[in-house]
Amino acid sequence: MNFDLSKKKLTDINKYLQNIDRKSNVRKFKIENPSGHHAICAGLKDDIDVTINGHTGYYCAGMNQKASVTVNGNVGTGVAENMMSGKVFVKGNASQSAGATGHGGNLVIEGDASSRCGISMKGINIIVKGSVGHMSAFMAQKGNLIIFGDADEDLGDSIYEAKIFVKGKVKSLGADCVEKKMDEKSINELKKIFKELNISENPKNFKRYGSARKLYNFKIDNAGAY
Amino acid sequence: MKKRGLKEFKTFPQSTISEIQRAAKEGIYQIRGLGAKRKVPDFDDLVFLGASMSRYPLEGYREKCKTSVVIGDRFAKKPLKLDIPITIAGMSFGALGANAKEALGRGASSMGTSTTTGDGGMTKEERGSSKYLVYQLLPSRYGMNPDDLRKADAIEVVVGQGAKPGGGGMLLGQKINKRVAGMRTLPEGIDQRSACRHPDWTGPDDLEIKIQELREITNWEKPIYIKVGAARSYYDTALAVKAGADVVVLDGMQGGTAATQDVFIEHVGIPTLGALRQAVDALKELNMHRKVQLIVSGGIRTGADVAKALAMGADAVSIGSAAMMALNCNADLYRKDYEKLGTEPGYCHHCHTGRCPVGVATQDPKLEKRLDPKEGGRQLKNYLTTLTLELQTLARANGKSDVRNLEPEDLVALTVEAAAMSRVPLAGTNWIPGFKEKD
Repeated sequence: MNFDLSKKKLTDINKYLQNIDRKSNVRKFKIENPSGHHAICAGLKDDIDVTINGHTGYYCAGMNQKASVTVNGNVGTGVAENMMSGKVFVKGNASQSAGATGHGGNLVIEGDASSRCGISMKGINIIVKGSVGHMSAFMAQKGNLIIFGDADEDLGDSIYEAKIFVKGKVKSLGADCVEKKMDEKSINELKKIFKELNISENPKNFKRYGSARKLYNFKIDNAGAY
Repeated sequence: MKKRGLKEFKTFPQSTISEIQRAAKEGIYQIRGLGAKRKVPDFDDLVFLGASMSRYPLEGYREKCKTSVVIGDRFAKKPLKLDIPITIAGMSFGALGANAKEALGRGASSMGTSTTTGDGGMTKEERGSSKYLVYQLLPSRYGMNPDDLRKADAIEVVVGQGAKPGGGGMLLGQKINKRVAGMRTLPEGIDQRSACRHPDWTGPDDLEIKIQELREITNWEKPIYIKVGAARSYYDTALAVKAGADVVVLDGMQGGTAATQDVFIEHVGIPTLGALRQAVDALKELNMHRKVQLIVSGGIRTGADVAKALAMGADAVSIGSAAMMALNCNADLYRKDYEKLGTEPGYCHHCHTGRCPVGVATQDPKLEKRLDPKEGGRQLKNYLTTLTLELQTLARANGKSDVRNLEPEDLVALTVEAAAMSRVPLAGTNWIPGFKEKD
């Protein structure tokens, strides 16, 4: 089924996609002329497949549950923010806060992602095939941020239990973020993610970063770290 | 030893000396709970004029005085219809125990009003016990779940709170047990310091888009509140309206917190009295007064406080610390446990320790048992009933058949400061400091 955002209201399209009849065999949808609209495909909650042909604004596929959303274009701030499950594919670049606070699912960005990619992520897997901007994985709690390109300043600042994998260069690490051994467990974890997403890449080419856990409980001796 | 003519330093009273010496010993700021302890101009500095030759009073027990209020009908398809204009403020599960959250839900529901989640997500206890539940969207997004968003009756985007405008949440490790940690996706026992800024928007232009997303996810049904700490209240209110809020929640500096730096609580933000005046000014200038509802919190204790807030232009108030006190916070019980904390009833602000003697602000199962949620709910109901009766008493005395008909002209100030902040005349005069009628 096709929707044209130049002819139909966003709210009507979202409402339709949020309330799919589970008995219906129609599970694939296309949205044409997104024209940078905000909140396209926000709040989807069923295992449907949506392709958006063009660029989107803020919060595309926000709080997604189960759905697979593909954007043939660039996305604005907060793509797949607070995603719970499902998959979001961005064929272009992503603006700030991609995958912010995501609890689950997979976000794959073919291009670059701007600053604060994966901020406060809580279990999501974010794969960026390009580079990420500064303060990515800031206060990241759980999940994996996998960067094929480079990472800008203060990567993983104040990180909790999330893992960061970088194939390229890291300009600088943020407070309490350190390089860690690329162990078998991590390699297998990446293999599993790549296999699920049909990505042919060798996990051994990546370096792993995570929390030094020195700032988990406030100690006055660490006050200078902030 | 008999004290003979001892004169305390005004600049260095005993409490200041004690704090200097504590800092010298520990090398860290003091963290504590609840709100500002310093004296600031407040609703006690205002009085109602009551009826007189030119105003006609209503019979105290016989004539109706309406208390219901509709909240959030600017854009939302399903606004809240509350029986009383007194709501329960956001307090997290984590800061409070599950029994306390349930008690708040029970008490509020029995009075036909709302309660609010907090930094840490929605628990089944509070959803189950709350007729109207406001779900907070905070910078941390701990426990944020679209299913819970849809289960909520309203959504409150928290920009700040009165105890710490510009500060994020804080919950020390002793309160992060397995359940709290699980809901927040954090390791057990860590000192949790949540973000002070939202992760995916900055400024009112972005917030407008964020609100659009929330409305899209919830089918434009839920009222969207924006909560701000009292700071630049005129501009914050105007910007909240611009961002598309159905409701503005304004929290003055007397508002409480579960834990933050004492220096933040006492030295950032402005008193509720002055903030309220500025917020009402902004709404009136935008022709949005009564169209975007204004809920005020921060130091509301009595029906008189509620009545004065409404007279100044609020649509409703919200209570946090006082609701906890209705559940026995600072009650003269379990004295030995207060002593273990180095405090006593009436002075306790040790919410941050998790060792709440009365079982309200704790995750310790033994302490939590001291609060029976049913009994707590009953106590809160009694307290809310008292506030409502006091509010109606004052409204009738000023000749009002609806509490929201109370108006600034019913009030005078007892101090110059309060007159200037609230812009009502000093009692016995027509003088409002710093205010000139427009030509």
